[in-house]
Amino acid sequence: MKRMKYREALRDGIREEMERDPSVFCIGEGIGKRGGSYKVTEGLFGQFGPTRVIDTPISEASFVGMAVGAALVGMHPIAEILFVDFALLAMDQIINQGAKYQFMSGGQGTVPLVLRTQGGSGNGLAGQHSQSLEALFYHIPGLTLVMPSTPYDAKGLLKSAVRHGSPVVFLEHKLLYMTEGDLPEDEYLIPIGEAEVKREGRDVTIVTYSYMTLECMRAAELLAQDGVEVEIVDLRTLVPLDKRRIVESVKKTGKLVVVSEACKRGCVGSDIIAEIVEVAFDYLDAPPRRVAGKNTTIPFNLELEKMCVPSVEEIADTVRALVER
Amino acid sequence: MKENPVDLIAQLYKVARTIRCFEEAAVAQYRLGHIRGYLHPYLGEEAIATGVIATLRPDDYIVSTHRGHGHAIAKGHDPRIMMAELFGKETGYCRGRGGSMHVSNLAQYNLGANGIVGAGIPIATGAALALKIRQSTQVVVCFFSDGAANNGVFHESLNMASVFQLPVIYVLENNQYAVSTPVGDAVRVPRLSTRAASYGIPGSTVDGNDSLAIYAAMQEPLDRARNGDGPTLLECLTYRGGGHHVNDPGLYMPTDEVAKWKTKDPLIMLRSRLSERAVAKEQIDAIDKEVDALIKDAVKYALESPKPSAKQFLEEITSA
Repeated sequence: MKRMKYREALRDGIREEMERDPSVFCIGEGIGKRGGSYKVTEGLFGQFGPTRVIDTPISEASFVGMAVGAALVGMHPIAEILFVDFALLAMDQIINQGAKYQFMSGGQGTVPLVLRTQGGSGNGLAGQHSQSLEALFYHIPGLTLVMPSTPYDAKGLLKSAVRHGSPVVFLEHKLLYMTEGDLPEDEYLIPIGEAEVKREGRDVTIVTYSYMTLECMRAAELLAQDGVEVEIVDLRTLVPLDKRRIVESVKKTGKLVVVSEACKRGCVGSDIIAEIVEVAFDYLDAPPRRVAGKNTTIPFNLELEKMCVPSVEEIADTVRALVER
Repeated sequence: MKENPVDLIAQLYKVARTIRCFEEAAVAQYRLGHIRGYLHPYLGEEAIATGVIATLRPDDYIVSTHRGHGHAIAKGHDPRIMMAELFGKETGYCRGRGGSMHVSNLAQYNLGANGIVGAGIPIATGAALALKIRQSTQVVVCFFSDGAANNGVFHESLNMASVFQLPVIYVLENNQYAVSTPVGDAVRVPRLSTRAASYGIPGSTVDGNDSLAIYAAMQEPLDRARNGDGPTLLECLTYRGGGHHVNDPGLYMPTDEVAKWKTKDPLIMLRSRLSERAVAKEQIDAIDKEVDALIKDAVKYALESPKPSAKQFLEEITSA
């Protein structure tokens, strides 16, 4: 086993895929010579050169579209959008073009594109650099959506994403890049579409993903002190959703909480609850709950910012309320 | 100037006429209710697709627009399978899932028509990037309109194609109108091709109704692209042969303007060239008859083709 940071695990995965397949290349702003603003691609320019690690001008709509075009003719691009907030500039190419091409061409063409980006709050970067926009991608047919919470998951899922054969939005979190975890020395892949139970428990099912998985784990420690054992289902992939894994847990606990950092209205958690209630209503002993971000733009002030996203206490309180019901 | 071979002129005429007849047939079928939704005929603009694509290798890519049937036919697509796609039939190029605005044929290197104005420009640029990474001598031709030349992605893409020296030829089909907006109302520069200078690439303007002039004008951009010298902007001046789409009567297009451009009909020009080269009227008429039969057969094929299976569709979208 080797100990790695999340961003190093991503780099490891990208490097392995680029070594394996000459059609894999990286494109994005500042990813080449500078190694990326979050240092994910550091060293890759030195190893693979400017032909395969491409620095672009500030032109999100077009370099994402270029990734779509390159994928269509047989390449496997990994396009990096520096902040998910900037993905909004490229939404036509992501949603109208990349996500739809295979369908609209009657299956003639495929777009094996990985769109790496990051979101989330916590660094005082204010409203336009702190969003959680997964709901936008979740909603679009033709997109696969992956949001790993650990270095191990990040590398395994990124490698799978590169080989997936259709567009994958690979949404990282800015607070995860420096977190550490253990990875195998040998090559491994994690299948897309499989959630993982990060913590077993009998009392309440928490479904979550990305950075909130870590917050839920901290909440679980607090709750365990009171004898409440939560089961944490880390989705890892949001689309396709691993309903089976969630239902399996709900059958055991009878109680469901979905935790996401994103604004509550229209959050992915809302849809997950609808999906689970439709098939597992009879196993629920209480109404399912969402713990989500407040419906607001993220403010600059750090204290105000913290109020806008779920806290460990809020997660624990929600679970306690369910258990005491 | 070297004389064009008669065979070439005859070939260009046949392709241009095939496009003309296909589009007229498509409009007629639309009026009969066999084609639904939107149809943007390439009528009047045939010289551009014909002249440009005649210079390409079969494995050169094209990227098209919502007005994409002409490019497709010039690329050699089967009019029957095209018409079936317009009819929404299972036998269409896109199994009836794409329709007029999204017709594509990857086997013949057509990355497809596009329902979003300008969206093909980054896609074409990316295909060219791939070709450069693979060190191929293939090129990409990107068709788009005067309307698209005002979209952000036009500027971003031409800039990046220049920076990365990509093997792409940007063919700007200036048909004088972006939906109902005349190009003079949308642009301050007298010639759109001068925008090329902003990106450090060559740009020129050519008569978009003269297939032979376009054919000749493609030589230098092709050489540049294949030699790794980067992109070129080629503006072709033409006129839209009707409203924006089949249900738009184009009342905003002044009648004298319409009449003036009708005298420059690309088919008339090609026929004259053939006559000048002593090709007998009977021979030209024979081409016409052949094309007529081809298109008639295409309509028959589309009418008789099966619709997509609802059951199969549900299975496909449920497992997706």
